[in-house]
Amino acid sequence: MSVARTKELLRTLHSPAQWLALALGFAAFASVPAFNGLVPAGAALHLSDELLPLLGKFLCYALVALAMDLVWGYTGVLSLGHAVFFALGGYAMGMHLMRVIGTAGVYRSQLPDFMVFLDWKELPWYWHGFQHFAFAASMALLVPGVLALVFGFFAFRSRIRGVYFSIITQALTYALMLLMFRNDTGFGGNNGLTDFKRLLGYPLADQATKRGLYLASLLALLLGYLVCRYVVTSKLGRVLLALRDAESRIMFSGYNPFHYKLLVWTLSAVLCGLAGALYVPQVGIINPSELAPSNSIELAIWVAVGGRGTLVGAVIGALLVNGMKSWLTGAYPELWLYALGALFVGVTLFLPKGLAGAFDLRRVRKSGVNVDPQVAEVVAPPSLPPRPEPSEPQPREPTRRDNLAGET
Amino acid sequence: MRTSVKQWMVAACLCLSMTKSVLAQDDELAQLACDLGADDHELLQAAVERLGRRPEPAALHILEALRDGTLRLDVHGRALIADKQTGALRDALTGQAAGAADGVLKTPLVNNSLRRTLTPTIAELQLRSADAATRLAAADSLSKGSDEKLVPAMRAALAREPDPAVRKLLRVALALIDVTSSDPRQRIAAVRAMRDSGDIGFKVRLATLLERGSDGKYREPEAAVRNAAGEAISTIENQELVTRVLRDLFYGLSLGSVLLLAALGLAITFGLMRVINMAHGEMLMLGAYATYVAQLTFQKYAPAALDWYLALAVPLAFCTCMAIGMLLERSVIRFLYGRPLETLLATWGISLILIQTVRLLFGAQNVSVANPSWLAGAIEPMTGVVLPYNRLATIAFVTAVVLLLAFVLNRTSLGLSVRAITQNRAMAGCMGIPTARIDMLTFGLGSGIAGLGGVALSQLGNVGPELGQLYIVDSFMVVVVGGVGKVVGSVVAALGLGEVNKLLEPFAGAVLGKILVLGFVVLFIQRRPQGLFALKGRAAES
Repeated sequence: MSVARTKELLRTLHSPAQWLALALGFAAFASVPAFNGLVPAGAALHLSDELLPLLGKFLCYALVALAMDLVWGYTGVLSLGHAVFFALGGYAMGMHLMRVIGTAGVYRSQLPDFMVFLDWKELPWYWHGFQHFAFAASMALLVPGVLALVFGFFAFRSRIRGVYFSIITQALTYALMLLMFRNDTGFGGNNGLTDFKRLLGYPLADQATKRGLYLASLLALLLGYLVCRYVVTSKLGRVLLALRDAESRIMFSGYNPFHYKLLVWTLSAVLCGLAGALYVPQVGIINPSELAPSNSIELAIWVAVGGRGTLVGAVIGALLVNGMKSWLTGAYPELWLYALGALFVGVTLFLPKGLAGAFDLRRVRKSGVNVDPQVAEVVAPPSLPPRPEPSEPQPREPTRRDNLAGET
Repeated sequence: MRTSVKQWMVAACLCLSMTKSVLAQDDELAQLACDLGADDHELLQAAVERLGRRPEPAALHILEALRDGTLRLDVHGRALIADKQTGALRDALTGQAAGAADGVLKTPLVNNSLRRTLTPTIAELQLRSADAATRLAAADSLSKGSDEKLVPAMRAALAREPDPAVRKLLRVALALIDVTSSDPRQRIAAVRAMRDSGDIGFKVRLATLLERGSDGKYREPEAAVRNAAGEAISTIENQELVTRVLRDLFYGLSLGSVLLLAALGLAITFGLMRVINMAHGEMLMLGAYATYVAQLTFQKYAPAALDWYLALAVPLAFCTCMAIGMLLERSVIRFLYGRPLETLLATWGISLILIQTVRLLFGAQNVSVANPSWLAGAIEPMTGVVLPYNRLATIAFVTAVVLLLAFVLNRTSLGLSVRAITQNRAMAGCMGIPTARIDMLTFGLGSGIAGLGGVALSQLGNVGPELGQLYIVDSFMVVVVGGVGKVVGSVVAALGLGEVNKLLEPFAGAVLGKILVLGFVVLFIQRRPQGLFALKGRAAES
């Protein structure tokens, strides 16, 4: 790639000020391990050994939120099954970590402990190859990707959309959860995969390894962000937005929504797989409860809190909501569900564009565009180049008043 | 020991003189009962045998008490029967309460050889009993294994038995013995009798007839007997299959009917307002808890009428859920019209709040809701097909609710408005239908029906805060398959999914069965994105 084209690309992605903000944000997060490793314990600025993996975990969640924002915020496809891809990535990594335990497990067997416990004599075929890190890492991306491709192919081909799609994805995660709960499926059943020892030769219990994993998660998040940013600022991104706002009109203009949706959906799943693979070594366990339908829905609220269709909002939302969850479940466990429920209701009712939207509201108002909450949804994020003035009434989801008369 | 023998010899003699005056009506029976107190083994044996030939029901009672160790003899040689739990004494001959006994009571000794006589004697007596239930119980226990000594008695009983159920069991009991007979014809007849019984328990016994010994020859020399056995096994297996399918069909119907109540409200509100109510499952849960509250209320204020707590539970569940549903619609959902995905998230939030509230009020543990006594028990229309009353009642209840709902939707002005708005909201509004009020009422109605579903669920399984979460995915599947706005679509989809679930279970296991169903639904909406019973015309597209 020539220098000129690189410059061009950088300009499309962000304005110089935004690049600066991004760099500052990245530097801030990248310096976090130093407060754990360099600042001595007991000092005011010392970051405790428990907090670091927690932050690393949040970064993985933020990556999932990014992936979710790509399909929901930009394409208008609300998935209630994104935890599936996250968990599959996690399971792939978990399988690798199980295999490299070797004979250091409780039963001193070559097989993972749970297989010895189930009295299995040999490794199931789908466990082969996972002793190699490269293989496991590629599976962590490939398996979610392929599943998303197949599932998306069937779902988008028959133009399943809206709440139907959400429900079907919820059924997907529910079905996979039931499957993983079975011992016979061969992924540790109820207990999942746990008791990991080392990754690439580094003991997972070491604080240095944890710092490394944190930085890896941060890098993955940055990479994921740039990829998503690239997608949404490209022409493809414009089509996606149009798809979200008026799918029928896109079809009449000669685009096939199927291809666009499938592409974004698969990309999103791969990002989730990456997040899952980084998540598992940091939390030390992967089990079917990650697949519970409620997890996927919670994921949607991270994005909604931060602001849909902004990418940065998704990251902020994920960090905020999870930070709040960690604090509340520790301090006032019985209040957490109330807080989460109130968040769901409050954000959808009063902050349809999330926190990012609340900050931007003033700027949008200045530009003279109608900010009725329903219409505000379709106003392009201000960071995008201004859209041409619509010559027709705002395209949007059919509303209560015109859902039948308008569209058909 | 010696003194006691003497004492009892005296008592036995006393019996002779006493019975003539005191128990003149059946002195011989009393004499025999008195003889049971004898320490002389042969005398005892003879008494048992002679009692076994007596026609009076009292003779059976005495022998049974002897077997169970509850027979007592007082110093006058009067036979008394002690109640197993309370120890209260009854006169063995008259059955009347005997009050406090005179002096030391004797418990006759039953040794093993006496027991061997006792068991067939009792069976024989039972078979001769005038009471059909006694005969049936006797035949039933004989059919599980009997004694060769009883064969003549059983044949005699079979010849005079009028009750077909008893006859069937007797034939089975005889067949079990005849199958070892040396006469091949008798063996074939025995095999046929086993076949006709349709009892799967005989499969193993029949299979032994087809086995080969260590020398490679069949254990059963006659080919005809082996053929009959093979045929009998396949007949029994067929019958077993039929039984299992019938049972699964019934359980599928039961599951489907619960799903139906869960999904009906969902389908109506989705058809009407295009919103998915994720808190709908919690309405089921609240309905179940309303049942629990009704039960508590009756336990506290009207324990005598506890069996009728459901009469309070049904209206309570309906009204509670309807009120909460209408409140939800007014306070949250009406602001989200036209934004179905946001509604989904907001109602999910509401469901979390409801779950946590119930947890704080009632605790995180399951609460116990007991079936009223008239719902306990089951009928068994054929062997192996057990239909519990609570499931039958649920099916009847669901049928009634569905009929009522169909009536409301098709025959009332509310229903007319609902159907109009479902077809074309804007036009309905133009025609003067108060769409906002209808929305609220319909949302309340849908929630109320879910509450009724909760009442039904509380009678079938556990009641806990997470109850609704278990059913929400399944009820969405029903809505997806059945389409919206039509009761018949929901009925067919719910019953269909319930049946498919239960029929797949034996082959694939519960979990794989469920996964297969979900996979099937995903493929199904490829073909029919609008569900089974889509509304035709312009309304269908949005």
